[in-house]
Amino acid sequence: MAVRELHVDQITDAVARLVQEANFVLSEDVKLALAQARQREESAVGRAILEELVENYTIAETESVPMCQDTGAAVVFIEVGQDVHLVGGDLKEAINRGVAKGYTEGYLRKSMLDDPLRRKNTGDNTPAMIHIDLVPGDKVHIAVDCKGGGSENMSRLAMLKPSDGWEGVKKFVIDTVANAGPNACPPLIVGVGVGGTFDKVGYLAKRSLLRPVGQPSPDPEWAAREQELLTEINKLGVGPMGLGGRVTALAVHIETMGCHITALPVAVNIECHSHRHKHTVL
Amino acid sequence: MAEQRVHRVTAPLSDEAVAAIRAGDRVLITGIIYTARDAAHKRMVESLERGEPLPFDPKGAVIYYVGPTPPKPGQVIGSAGPTTSVRMDKYTPAVLAQGVKAVIGKGYRSEEVKKALVQYRSLYLVSTGGAGALLARQIKAARVIAYEDLGPEAIRELQVVDFPTVCIHDIYGGDQYAEGQKAWKLA
Repeated sequence: MAVRELHVDQITDAVARLVQEANFVLSEDVKLALAQARQREESAVGRAILEELVENYTIAETESVPMCQDTGAAVVFIEVGQDVHLVGGDLKEAINRGVAKGYTEGYLRKSMLDDPLRRKNTGDNTPAMIHIDLVPGDKVHIAVDCKGGGSENMSRLAMLKPSDGWEGVKKFVIDTVANAGPNACPPLIVGVGVGGTFDKVGYLAKRSLLRPVGQPSPDPEWAAREQELLTEINKLGVGPMGLGGRVTALAVHIETMGCHITALPVAVNIECHSHRHKHTVL
Repeated sequence: MAEQRVHRVTAPLSDEAVAAIRAGDRVLITGIIYTARDAAHKRMVESLERGEPLPFDPKGAVIYYVGPTPPKPGQVIGSAGPTTSVRMDKYTPAVLAQGVKAVIGKGYRSEEVKKALVQYRSLYLVSTGGAGALLARQIKAARVIAYEDLGPEAIRELQVVDFPTVCIHDIYGGDQYAEGQKAWKLA
């Protein structure tokens, strides 16, 4: 196959557009999940909150304003086809330029700092958190997740023992959600990674959030485990914004990988109801 | 749960208005409130330690934990929902000791803060996290009054009308998160 040339400016423009769209327009999968939650919620206070959330995303979409004031860290997953030749500059710089452009032009809040302890705001919401994957083909797939800090802060990672098994994984996930409670803005989307290594498992949990909300794992056994976790989480009683109710989570997504004989890593990446994920193909 | 009681209160808050509110009640605030989050709290408490006053009159004051998005041209304020309160826990007792009568955020508070709320007869209120576009509609004016260099974390004076909150901790030790979740928990 011939090599396809792609100018990195196209990636800059796509990222700039995606971060704005993500913050202004809630994706259809999340809207549907909220509507179903409204049907299922038995608590009157919980239902009122779910109605507020619908009103909120409607205003955001109509007026092109961010649905949440925390417009997030820009997490960018980019899959570059092996038959693509990127021209015009450095890919990571192009992505960061796109984040800066999108956050500035869209009047999005700049929440990123230059250093975790010196804590000076960079002023343009960079650096982006970038995951680059080389894949077959001649396309470039870009997915962004604008990740709010409140839910990210309640995420956890554990290196369990193989003997802990599924029961251990289950307990860790449920404890993490229970501990997050109202801090993480429920109803939540719970991203779970199981397997791999310390670094990979967090990536798996984050990447699982890109899946359309509620779409089950392609592996039937893991799909059943997702359902089991969702049922258990919704027994916690946390409810919308932690004020009590039936709907604590909208979905649980699990991604897995093989791992070492000594290991059972598990990561829980908690996502709030303002789940801002958008993607495009160039 | 019984029908939620609704209070319409004016900020700054009077001691009587605060005393009438119980955990679980809905509280609609009209008047002047102040924004302050992580970095602003750190500075406020540092200035108190140096014996300097807060940048606003704390008597009866309401603090809203928010870092709004920048307003678009013609807007009063951008999106303006509550941020997670637990990050302010370290500073909250010192701020309440100055006479602040309510703080608005989202999420759990520490045992120290719960005790301080009872001791200083102040309220912990929450508004709906993530509903920043909806909540901004109740903000009619906004201006930065201190720490401008902190950007979204600067202290702003907001004029609000019927700003919607729910009381989580009242001055009597009530805890609506505990009550609400207990009522819906399944074995």
